[in-house]
Amino acid sequence: MSPVAPLILATFLFCVGVYGVIARRNAVLVLMSVELMLNAVNINLVAFQSLIWQDAPAATGQVFALFIIAVAAGEVGVGLAIVLNMFRNRASVNVDDVDLMRW
Amino acid sequence: MSAQEVVFILIGIATGGTAIMTVTSKNLVHAALFLAVTLSGIAAEFLVLHADFVAMVQLIVYVGAIAVLFLFGLMLTRAPIGREALDSQNRGLGAAVALALFGVLSSLIVQAFRNFSDAGLAVLPDGPGPVEIGEAIFSTWVLPFELISMLLLGALIGSVLLSRKEEGESGEIEAITRVELSDDPSTEVEYAELLPGGEA
Repeated sequence: MSPVAPLILATFLFCVGVYGVIARRNAVLVLMSVELMLNAVNINLVAFQSLIWQDAPAATGQVFALFIIAVAAGEVGVGLAIVLNMFRNRASVNVDDVDLMRW
Repeated sequence: MSAQEVVFILIGIATGGTAIMTVTSKNLVHAALFLAVTLSGIAAEFLVLHADFVAMVQLIVYVGAIAVLFLFGLMLTRAPIGREALDSQNRGLGAAVALALFGVLSSLIVQAFRNFSDAGLAVLPDGPGPVEIGEAIFSTWVLPFELISMLLLGALIGSVLLSRKEEGESGEIEAITRVELSDDPSTEVEYAELLPGGEA
Protein backbone atom coordinates (compact mmCIF):
# COMPACT_ATOMS: atom_id res chain seq x y z
CA MET A 1 0.00 0.00 0.00
CA SER A 2 1.37 3.35 -1.03
CA PRO A 3 1.75 5.95 1.72
CA VAL A 4 0.13 8.65 -0.41
CA ALA A 5 -3.42 8.02 0.84
CA PRO A 6 -2.56 8.25 4.57
CA LEU A 7 -0.40 11.31 4.01
CA ILE A 8 -3.13 13.07 2.01
CA LEU A 9 -5.68 12.25 4.70
CA ALA A 10 -3.34 13.63 7.37
CA THR A 11 -2.75 16.78 5.33
CA PHE A 12 -6.48 17.24 4.88
CA LEU A 13 -7.22 16.86 8.59
CA PHE A 14 -4.37 19.25 9.43
CA CYS A 15 -5.73 21.89 7.04
CA VAL A 16 -9.24 21.48 8.43
CA GLY A 17 -7.70 22.06 11.86
CA VAL A 18 -5.91 25.19 10.61
CA TYR A 19 -9.20 26.50 9.24
CA GLY A 20 -10.89 25.81 12.56
CA VAL A 21 -8.20 27.58 14.57
CA ILE A 22 -8.42 30.68 12.36
CA ALA A 23 -12.17 30.82 11.78
CA ARG A 24 -13.67 29.84 15.12
CA ARG A 25 -14.35 32.34 17.88
CA ASN A 26 -15.22 30.01 20.69
CA ALA A 27 -12.13 28.96 22.64
CA VAL A 28 -13.37 25.40 23.17
CA LEU A 29 -13.84 24.97 19.43
CA VAL A 30 -10.33 26.32 18.84
CA LEU A 31 -9.03 23.65 21.22
CA MET A 32 -10.95 21.00 19.27
CA SER A 33 -9.30 22.15 16.04
CA VAL A 34 -5.89 21.88 17.69
CA GLU A 35 -6.77 18.30 18.60
CA LEU A 36 -7.56 17.60 14.94
CA MET A 37 -4.13 18.89 13.94
CA LEU A 38 -2.36 16.72 16.54
CA ASN A 39 -4.27 13.67 15.32
CA ALA A 40 -3.24 14.35 11.75
CA VAL A 41 0.40 14.15 12.82
CA ASN A 42 -0.34 10.83 14.52
CA ILE A 43 -1.66 9.39 11.25
CA ASN A 44 1.62 10.41 9.60
CA LEU A 45 3.74 8.73 12.26
CA VAL A 46 1.78 5.48 12.20
CA ALA A 47 1.70 5.39 8.39
CA PHE A 48 5.46 5.86 8.11
CA GLN A 49 6.04 3.18 10.72
CA SER A 50 3.86 0.52 9.15
CA LEU A 51 4.23 1.34 5.44
CA ILE A 52 7.85 2.38 4.96
CA TRP A 53 9.95 1.43 7.98
CA GLN A 54 8.23 -1.78 9.01
CA ASP A 55 11.38 -3.24 10.50
CA ALA A 56 12.58 -0.09 12.20
CA PRO A 57 13.98 -0.93 15.61
CA ALA A 58 12.12 0.13 18.73
CA ALA A 59 8.76 0.77 17.00
CA THR A 60 9.63 4.45 16.74
CA GLY A 61 6.56 5.69 14.89
CA GLN A 62 3.95 4.06 17.08
CA VAL A 63 5.77 4.96 20.31
CA PHE A 64 5.90 8.59 19.27
CA ALA A 65 2.20 8.49 18.35
CA LEU A 66 1.52 7.29 21.90
CA PHE A 67 3.65 10.11 23.33
CA ILE A 68 1.76 12.67 21.26
CA ILE A 69 -1.55 11.26 22.52
CA ALA A 70 -0.35 11.69 26.12
CA VAL A 71 0.88 15.24 25.53
CA ALA A 72 -2.41 16.13 23.78
CA ALA A 73 -4.37 14.83 26.76
CA GLY A 74 -2.39 17.06 29.11
CA GLU A 75 -2.80 20.00 26.75
CA VAL A 76 -6.58 19.62 26.66
CA GLY A 77 -6.75 19.49 30.44
CA VAL A 78 -4.76 22.69 30.93
CA GLY A 79 -6.47 24.39 27.99
CA LEU A 80 -9.96 23.71 29.30
CA ALA A 81 -8.91 24.90 32.77
CA ILE A 82 -7.71 28.17 31.21
CA VAL A 83 -10.97 28.48 29.26
CA LEU A 84 -13.02 27.92 32.41
CA ASN A 85 -10.97 30.54 34.24
CA MET A 86 -11.49 32.97 31.35
CA PHE A 87 -15.23 32.31 31.44
CA ARG A 88 -15.34 32.89 35.19
CA ASN A 89 -13.49 36.20 34.92
CA ARG A 90 -15.03 37.67 31.78
CA ALA A 91 -18.30 35.76 31.22
CA SER A 92 -17.20 34.99 27.68
CA VAL A 93 -15.19 32.31 25.92
CA ASN A 94 -14.66 34.22 22.68
CA VAL A 95 -11.01 34.40 21.78
CA ASP A 96 -11.35 37.95 20.44
CA ASP A 97 -12.75 39.18 23.76
CA VAL A 98 -9.53 38.24 25.49
CA ASP A 99 -7.23 40.91 24.11
CA LEU A 100 -6.00 42.15 27.48
CA MET A 101 -2.36 41.48 26.61
CA ARG A 102 -2.56 42.93 23.12
CA TRP A 103 -0.13 45.70 22.52
CA MET B 1 -4.92 -0.74 -5.59
CA SER B 2 -5.22 -3.24 -2.82
CA ALA B 3 -8.34 -3.92 -0.78
CA GLN B 4 -6.62 -2.39 2.21
CA GLU B 5 -6.13 0.84 0.31
CA VAL B 6 -9.80 0.90 -0.74
CA VAL B 7 -10.95 0.45 2.86
CA PHE B 8 -8.51 3.14 3.98
CA ILE B 9 -9.81 5.62 1.41
CA LEU B 10 -13.46 4.92 2.27
CA ILE B 11 -12.89 5.44 6.00
CA GLY B 12 -10.75 8.46 5.15
CA ILE B 13 -13.58 10.11 3.21
CA ALA B 14 -15.96 9.61 6.12
CA THR B 15 -13.38 10.92 8.59
CA GLY B 16 -12.64 14.00 6.49
CA GLY B 17 -16.36 14.73 6.15
CA THR B 18 -16.94 14.62 9.89
CA ALA B 19 -13.82 16.73 10.42
CA ILE B 20 -15.31 19.42 8.18
CA MET B 21 -18.59 19.15 10.08
CA THR B 22 -16.61 19.66 13.31
CA VAL B 23 -15.23 23.01 12.23
CA THR B 24 -18.40 24.27 10.50
CA SER B 25 -21.20 23.02 12.74
CA LYS B 26 -23.44 25.70 14.21
CA ASN B 27 -24.19 23.76 17.34
CA LEU B 28 -21.39 23.36 19.86
CA VAL B 29 -22.53 20.00 21.16
CA HIS B 30 -22.88 18.69 17.62
CA ALA B 31 -19.33 19.87 16.94
CA ALA B 32 -18.05 17.91 19.93
CA LEU B 33 -19.92 14.78 18.84
CA PHE B 34 -18.61 15.13 15.27
CA LEU B 35 -15.12 15.41 16.76
CA ALA B 36 -15.71 12.13 18.59
CA VAL B 37 -16.74 10.47 15.30
CA THR B 38 -13.64 11.89 13.59
CA LEU B 39 -11.38 10.52 16.31
CA SER B 40 -13.04 7.10 16.05
CA GLY B 41 -12.48 7.20 12.31
CA ILE B 42 -8.81 7.92 12.88
CA ALA B 43 -8.70 4.92 15.26
CA ALA B 44 -10.20 2.79 12.46
CA GLU B 45 -7.47 4.08 10.12
CA PHE B 46 -4.87 2.97 12.66
CA LEU B 47 -6.46 -0.50 12.63
CA VAL B 48 -6.23 -0.58 8.82
CA LEU B 49 -2.55 0.36 9.13
CA HIS B 50 -1.96 -2.61 11.50
CA ALA B 51 -1.33 -0.39 14.52
CA ASP B 52 -3.78 -2.13 16.85
CA PHE B 53 -2.36 -0.89 20.13
CA VAL B 54 -2.30 2.76 19.05
CA ALA B 55 -5.88 2.38 17.77
CA MET B 56 -7.09 1.10 21.14
CA VAL B 57 -5.21 3.85 23.01
CA GLN B 58 -6.75 6.39 20.65
CA LEU B 59 -10.24 5.06 21.38
CA ILE B 60 -9.72 5.02 25.14
CA VAL B 61 -7.94 8.35 25.52
CA TYR B 62 -9.58 10.45 22.80
CA VAL B 63 -13.11 9.11 22.39
CA GLY B 64 -13.45 8.01 25.99
CA ALA B 65 -11.80 10.86 27.84
CA ILE B 66 -11.08 13.92 25.72
CA ALA B 67 -14.44 14.06 23.92
CA VAL B 68 -16.23 13.85 27.26
CA LEU B 69 -13.90 16.54 28.63
CA PHE B 70 -14.83 18.78 25.69
CA LEU B 71 -18.53 18.17 26.34
CA PHE B 72 -17.99 19.17 29.98
CA GLY B 73 -16.16 22.30 28.87
CA LEU B 74 -19.00 23.23 26.53
CA MET B 75 -21.68 22.65 29.15
CA LEU B 76 -19.80 24.61 31.81
CA THR B 77 -19.22 27.66 29.63
CA ARG B 78 -22.81 28.01 28.30
CA ALA B 79 -21.75 29.32 24.92
CA PRO B 80 -24.39 30.72 22.58
CA ILE B 81 -25.57 28.73 19.56
CA GLY B 82 -25.31 30.08 16.02
CA ARG B 83 -22.79 30.63 13.32
CA GLU B 84 -22.19 34.33 13.96
CA ALA B 85 -21.55 33.71 17.63
CA LEU B 86 -19.16 30.84 16.98
CA ASP B 87 -17.20 32.04 13.98
CA SER B 88 -15.02 35.11 13.76
CA GLN B 89 -14.85 37.58 10.90
CA ASN B 90 -11.85 35.98 9.21
CA ARG B 91 -13.64 32.87 7.97
CA GLY B 92 -12.62 33.65 4.40
CA LEU B 93 -9.01 34.16 5.42
CA GLY B 94 -9.06 30.84 7.24
CA ALA B 95 -10.48 29.03 4.21
CA ALA B 96 -7.88 30.63 1.93
CA VAL B 97 -4.97 29.71 4.20
CA ALA B 98 -6.22 26.15 4.67
CA LEU B 99 -6.83 25.59 0.96
CA ALA B 100 -3.43 27.01 -0.01
CA LEU B 101 -1.68 24.88 2.60
CA PHE B 102 -3.54 21.78 1.45
CA GLY B 103 -2.67 22.45 -2.19
CA VAL B 104 1.02 22.94 -1.54
CA LEU B 105 1.41 20.00 0.84
CA SER B 106 -0.62 17.50 -1.17
CA SER B 107 1.16 18.31 -4.43
CA LEU B 108 4.48 17.89 -2.58
CA ILE B 109 3.39 14.50 -1.22
CA VAL B 110 2.17 13.25 -4.59
CA GLN B 111 5.42 14.33 -6.24
CA ALA B 112 7.60 12.84 -3.52
CA PHE B 113 5.97 9.41 -3.61
CA ARG B 114 5.35 9.23 -7.35
CA ASN B 115 7.94 6.49 -7.82
CA PHE B 116 7.22 4.65 -4.61
CA SER B 117 6.89 0.90 -4.91
CA ASP B 118 5.99 -1.31 -2.00
CA ALA B 119 8.20 -4.08 -3.35
CA GLY B 120 5.37 -6.43 -4.21
CA LEU B 121 3.97 -6.58 -0.69
CA ALA B 122 0.49 -8.03 -1.13
CA VAL B 123 -0.39 -7.71 2.53
CA LEU B 124 1.23 -5.63 5.21
CA PRO B 125 3.26 -7.66 7.68
CA ASP B 126 2.01 -7.46 11.22
CA GLY B 127 3.33 -4.34 12.87
CA PRO B 128 4.81 -4.19 16.35
CA GLY B 129 2.34 -5.50 18.89
CA PRO B 130 1.91 -4.47 22.51
CA VAL B 131 4.88 -6.60 23.53
CA GLU B 132 7.28 -4.92 21.13
CA ILE B 133 5.91 -1.47 21.95
CA GLY B 134 6.27 -2.09 25.67
CA GLU B 135 9.82 -3.32 25.28
CA ALA B 136 10.68 -0.31 23.13
CA ILE B 137 9.15 2.17 25.60
CA PHE B 138 10.95 0.72 28.60
CA SER B 139 14.31 0.25 26.92
CA THR B 140 14.97 2.81 24.19
CA TRP B 141 12.39 5.44 25.12
CA VAL B 142 12.62 5.34 28.89
CA LEU B 143 13.73 8.95 29.26
CA PRO B 144 10.90 10.43 27.13
CA PHE B 145 8.48 8.16 28.96
CA GLU B 146 9.53 9.51 32.34
CA LEU B 147 9.43 13.06 30.98
CA ILE B 148 5.85 12.45 29.80
CA SER B 149 4.88 11.23 33.24
CA MET B 150 6.30 14.38 34.84
CA LEU B 151 4.55 16.48 32.20
CA LEU B 152 1.22 14.81 32.95
CA LEU B 153 1.73 15.40 36.68
CA GLY B 154 2.47 19.06 35.96
CA ALA B 155 -0.60 19.35 33.75
CA LEU B 156 -2.76 17.72 36.44
CA ILE B 157 -1.59 20.07 39.20
CA GLY B 158 -1.70 23.06 36.87
CA SER B 159 -5.26 22.47 35.72
CA VAL B 160 -6.47 21.89 39.29
CA LEU B 161 -4.78 25.16 40.34
CA LEU B 162 -6.18 27.07 37.38
CA SER B 163 -9.77 25.92 37.57
CA ARG B 164 -10.08 26.17 41.34
CA LYS B 165 -12.05 29.06 42.75
CA GLU B 166 -10.30 31.74 44.75
CA GLU B 167 -8.73 30.76 48.03
CA GLY B 168 -11.01 29.72 50.81
CA GLU B 169 -14.11 29.66 48.66
CA SER B 170 -14.59 25.99 48.09
CA GLY B 171 -17.90 24.61 49.23
CA GLU B 172 -19.62 27.93 49.78
CA ILE B 173 -22.54 29.30 47.83
CA GLU B 174 -21.66 32.46 45.98
CA ALA B 175 -24.00 35.34 46.55
CA ILE B 176 -23.91 36.53 42.95
CA THR B 177 -23.77 34.37 39.87
CA ARG B 178 -21.17 36.07 37.77
CA VAL B 179 -22.60 34.88 34.46
CA GLU B 180 -24.74 37.69 33.17
CA LEU B 181 -24.79 37.16 29.41
CA SER B 182 -27.69 35.49 27.66
CA ASP B 183 -29.30 34.43 30.88
CA ASP B 184 -32.89 35.11 31.73
CA PRO B 185 -32.95 36.04 35.42
CA SER B 186 -36.21 34.16 35.88
CA THR B 187 -34.47 30.88 35.21
CA GLU B 188 -32.07 31.40 38.09
CA VAL B 189 -32.92 30.09 41.52
CA GLU B 190 -33.05 32.85 44.09
CA TYR B 191 -30.08 32.95 46.38
CA ALA B 192 -32.36 33.02 49.41
CA GLU B 193 -33.82 29.63 48.54
CA LEU B 194 -30.37 28.10 48.56
CA LEU B 195 -29.60 29.20 52.11
CA PRO B 196 -30.03 26.57 54.79
CA GLY B 197 -32.56 28.65 56.74
CA GLY B 198 -34.88 29.10 53.78
CA GLU B 199 -35.57 32.78 54.42
CA ALA B 200 -33.10 35.51 53.56
